[in-house]
Amino acid sequence: MKTKNFDYKRILIRISGIIIFLVLWEIAPRLGWVDKVYLQPFSEDFLALIELVVSGKMLPHLLASLQRIGLGLLLATIIGIGLGLIVGYFQRINEALDLLFQLFRQVSAFALFPVFILFFGFSEVSKVGIILWASLWPVLLNTSSGVHDVDSVLIRSVKSMGANKIYIFFRVILPATLPQIFTGIRLSGSYCVMAVVVAEMIGAKRGLGYLVFNSRESFLYPNMYAGIIMLAIVGVVLNFILVAVEKKFTSWKIA
Amino acid sequence: MTDIIKVRARSVSRKFQLKNRQGKSRPLVVLEDFDLDLKEGEFLTLLGPSGCGKSTFLNILAGLDKADGGEILVDGNPIEEHSFDRGIVFQSYALLPWRTILKNLEVGLEIRGISKEERRDIARKNLERVGLAAYENQYPHQLSGGMKQRVAIARVLAYDPGLLLMDEPFAALDAQTREDMQIELLRIWEADKKTILFVTHSIDEAILLSDRVAFMSTQPGRIREIIEIDLPRPRTEEIRNSVEFSRIRKNLWSMLQDEALLNQSYGAFI
Ligand SMILES: Nc1ncnc2c1ncn2[C@@H]1O[C@H](COP(=O)(O)OP(=O)(O)O)[C@@H](O)[C@H]1O
Ligand SMILES: [Mg+2]
Repeated sequence: MKTKNFDYKRILIRISGIIIFLVLWEIAPRLGWVDKVYLQPFSEDFLALIELVVSGKMLPHLLASLQRIGLGLLLATIIGIGLGLIVGYFQRINEALDLLFQLFRQVSAFALFPVFILFFGFSEVSKVGIILWASLWPVLLNTSSGVHDVDSVLIRSVKSMGANKIYIFFRVILPATLPQIFTGIRLSGSYCVMAVVVAEMIGAKRGLGYLVFNSRESFLYPNMYAGIIMLAIVGVVLNFILVAVEKKFTSWKIA
Repeated sequence: MTDIIKVRARSVSRKFQLKNRQGKSRPLVVLEDFDLDLKEGEFLTLLGPSGCGKSTFLNILAGLDKADGGEILVDGNPIEEHSFDRGIVFQSYALLPWRTILKNLEVGLEIRGISKEERRDIARKNLERVGLAAYENQYPHQLSGGMKQRVAIARVLAYDPGLLLMDEPFAALDAQTREDMQIELLRIWEADKKTILFVTHSIDEAILLSDRVAFMSTQPGRIREIIEIDLPRPRTEEIRNSVEFSRIRKNLWSMLQDEALLNQSYGAFI
């Protein structure tokens, strides 16, 4: 880090894109470029968001979505790391499953949601399940490729010192793979935020996705946009947290 | 140097299966009829062009690879995959990048189940030996190549193995650092005269460091000639410019020529 003081000029440049976008959002409906009924000036939608937050109507939706995201991401992380380590460590298993996983990864959560509903109804299992599905693959595939990419000279070196397999796994392979695991978790995080909308689209009574879709059906368009803004904020904050965690675990990688 | 045999290799052979694009495999004979005796406390260098099988032999000796035939005894016993009695220094340092320098020195001790305090003490002592005590809390990426290799050497010394294997440890370093490291290694080695099997393809490095130099031929790789280097010890920087040193170097060259060892592939010696 070069300067401790805020570099205002740089910050200004960095946020100029957002400012231009918001200004366009503000004036487009006012100048009649878009139908004001469908898209209100940003200030109105933002006020609607404030209104929802202050009145306490936002909180249950936010909490419901956060809970689903949290649970889905937690399960994806546990299962993804576990499976990823196994798949990465055992070359044969990797060869047998690689194509299948590549295939699964391409099956979108949207397409699969009806199947989940079929089996589990409009339950939390379906909702968390779809988030789990969407966010599992980045962690899993990053973990397994991380294990695969461990510099073999590190393993040989530690082995030559007399290390057994357990030591090699926990003291060499796992720490060497952590950076890629956390990169995977960060990617999974953004998939979660996308998937939660899908999960709450149909058959939900709460959640940000529900707020967005229900507001549209009730012609409460400012609330719909408020929900969208809230989702963006959740995504940004989650990403911010996951990037910070990732940085902490990859600091030794910066050469 | 004593006359006790530390390593005895007899008729060692190792071949690899090479697969071509059609998926057909053909054997590549890397080592064949490889014989070598390494004496306790000796500094022996394996010298040969790249690809002749030096690392292959070292790996087998280290338990990281298996010979297809022949016999290798270390202290009279066959090689086992797991051993607490040998150490390797690789060209690429092989330090664990997520560990501090001190923690890297503790790896071998950790594997041996030595207590935390003792580990730290031993690691510190050995870091001091290579002059890097001030760097104990740094990470490997913060150090220069020469320093990293010192750490790698100290890491092996820390758990005090009976046999030290060094696979072209200085090949990645710049010329000046390389010369410094050679002198440093001599200084460290003088302290306890561990048995060292050193691999290089530099004749000068081999002469400066070794008690004996074993020349390998290529395809198949085997020992062609073993030369005693009768330079006095302890050897210092100045010995490079001594008359004896150039005499030995000259003799080696003419011997290589006589032996017709100096074919195209031996250009690597220069
Ligand atoms: N695992 C392996 N599979 C196939 N060929 C190998 C393998 N290891 C080494 N070789 C081949 O064996 C020969 C000797 O390799 P190596 O012992 O590394 O040579 P050196 O260390 O003397 O440069 C080379 O031709 C190399 O390509
Ligand atoms: Mg080699």
